Amino acid sequence: MSRVILETHDLTVRFGGHVAVDAVTCAFRAGELTAIVGPNGAGKTTYFNLISGQIPVSAGRVVLNGRDITRDSVAHRTRAGIGRAFQLTNLFPNLSVLENVRLVIQSKAGLGYRLLSMASGHSEVTDKAVAILDRVRLYEKRAQLVSELSHGDQRKLEVALLIALDPAVYMFDEPTAGMSVDEAPVVLDLIADLKAQKDRTILLVEHKMDVIARLADRIIVLHNGALAADGDPAEVIASDVVQEAYMGKELTDV
Amino acid sequence: MIVKLLSGDTPRSPVLAVILLAILVALAFAPFLFPGVRSVDTAARICIFIVLVASYDLMLGYGGIVSFAHTMFFGMGAYGVALASTHMGRGFDAVAVGALSGALLAAAIAFLIGLFSLRVRAIFFAMITLAVASAVAVLVSQLSGLTGGEDGLSFQTPRALTPAFRFGDELFGVRLNGRLLAYYLIFGVSLILFLLMLRVVNSPFGRVLQAIRENDFRAEAIGYRVVGYRVTVTCLSAFIAALAGALYAIWLRYVGPDTVLSFDIMVDILLMVVIGGMGTMYGAVIGAALLVLAQNYLQALMGMAAGAVAGLPVLPELMNADRWLLWLGVLFVLSIYFFPTGIVGRLRQRRQGRAAQGR
Ligand SMILES: Nc1ncnc2c1ncn2[C@@H]1O[C@H](COP(=O)(O)OP(=O)(O)OP(=O)(O)O)[C@@H](O)[C@H]1O
Ligand SMILES: [Mg+2]
Repeated sequence: MSRVILETHDLTVRFGGHVAVDAVTCAFRAGELTAIVGPNGAGKTTYFNLISGQIPVSAGRVVLNGRDITRDSVAHRTRAGIGRAFQLTNLFPNLSVLENVRLVIQSKAGLGYRLLSMASGHSEVTDKAVAILDRVRLYEKRAQLVSELSHGDQRKLEVALLIALDPAVYMFDEPTAGMSVDEAPVVLDLIADLKAQKDRTILLVEHKMDVIARLADRIIVLHNGALAADGDPAEVIASDVVQEAYMGKELTDV
Repeated sequence: MIVKLLSGDTPRSPVLAVILLAILVALAFAPFLFPGVRSVDTAARICIFIVLVASYDLMLGYGGIVSFAHTMFFGMGAYGVALASTHMGRGFDAVAVGALSGALLAAAIAFLIGLFSLRVRAIFFAMITLAVASAVAVLVSQLSGLTGGEDGLSFQTPRALTPAFRFGDELFGVRLNGRLLAYYLIFGVSLILFLLMLRVVNSPFGRVLQAIRENDFRAEAIGYRVVGYRVTVTCLSAFIAALAGALYAIWLRYVGPDTVLSFDIMVDILLMVVIGGMGTMYGAVIGAALLVLAQNYLQALMGMAAGAVAGLPVLPELMNADRWLLWLGVLFVLSIYFFPTGIVGRLRQRRQGRAAQGR
């Protein structure tokens, strides 16, 4: 088996009395794509928020490459290799599509504190950004403001930012939600490409079972914030927990 | 070449370009175009306020940070020059030491305030700056032994910058004296500082600031430590504001709480940046030029208007020169109403609107 990259130990968060993520212990390995499923409100997005640091934990630890990152800032974790695409599109609306991607490349290149060079002069940053826009088929729209893009294109850009970041751990939160049937495959193919790179750890929150069947090496099920099942996709989908907690409702709206 | 000097950030509107060019030419040749003590004084104030307002725009328009301590930073530079000149004796070395130590102190205080408050919330920063600025203003008027208290400090600037210093006779009817040199020192330094800030906002760092202003949550999630960038821009802004204060002190040869620390200046800065257009840099130029002119000439203009309508009812009363502040207020409200994005934003919008129609 490949190396463990990311672990959560008894990861817990309480909002008031409500336990949104309940002592989740789980390890994710290099080259493995794990689908995370569970009904609405199960705590999937919150689990992501705890890993990438948007929400402080109530208890438990997050460990990346053997190092405890539970108290690190979001930016720190991002630079350490945790990358996030958001369920609700979360971009820089009044900047151009190209500038959105450039910002990510610039961050990776560590250029943020250059005060006296011209941003537009860093052609290597622009070139990389253009290449990524080409991959997500947004090249034609590079000069548009993000706020002018369609929902589907914004979702694509959301994924493009994560790909530009190229972290060790990719976290996708329902990347194709609300996308049209001809747009979704672009994103899914990109995820399949990433998976083919072998050493990337990918976490994918997804409701659509056909997508999971195509991409996932493993499924974990969250139910009321707790880890309810973990294993081989075919087995987990067939198991009682999933049938009870999850099927019926979500599967029909695929 | 010009595009490079402007860091690729061209006015992007022909009207704006013409206005900016007119202001540049007017300021560059002010002593020759508008001879007279009063008008050159106005020109020098415009130069200084352009720098001061642009430095504020760096923080507010680009960093999205509201501060009420900008006058305090301005005052630190001014008092720095005054104190150094008083204690070291007149000279350029005293000016340099004073300006630099004032600017460094301003940056250090900005750093402390920023580090403590910008972690929390931007609004907290605004409140702290208000408190610190008020405290410093009180302190300066209390410590009369050091600062001259309410009376302020008059001091001597380098000989080469005084009217007594002559380096020739006359050129186009303008006396070639130290006052002229002082003006061009202020003009030159202001121009350099402005171009420097224009560069900063178009640098990779400037892009990060815009990203943070747009969506700080996401900026953090692509690896930018938001607090670090906010503190940095605050320090830079304070540093440059203090340099503007140093220029002001050099020009006035006097500093006092009312002149360089008063809250009125803070209000002026806010008006200028909003009327000119936030987050554009060029807005600072237009806002400063417009308001300084209005403050200096609106009274006179209204005096004339009152004379013209002398026979009529009510109107002379409204045009009374003492009502100039009222009219400034009206001007402000109207400009916010008609140009919510400032004059620069408005001019650029019109261009875009036309381009869109042409498509
Ligand atoms: N910041 C917060 N404060 C309070 N409650 C929260 C917060 N974030 C999430 N919750 C609650 O935690 C629970 C889990 O929410 P979460 O968004 O993680 O679910 P999810 O599994 O991602 O659902 P969906 O499939 O709808 O995206 C919900 O009950 C939600 O209301
Ligand atoms: Mg969710």
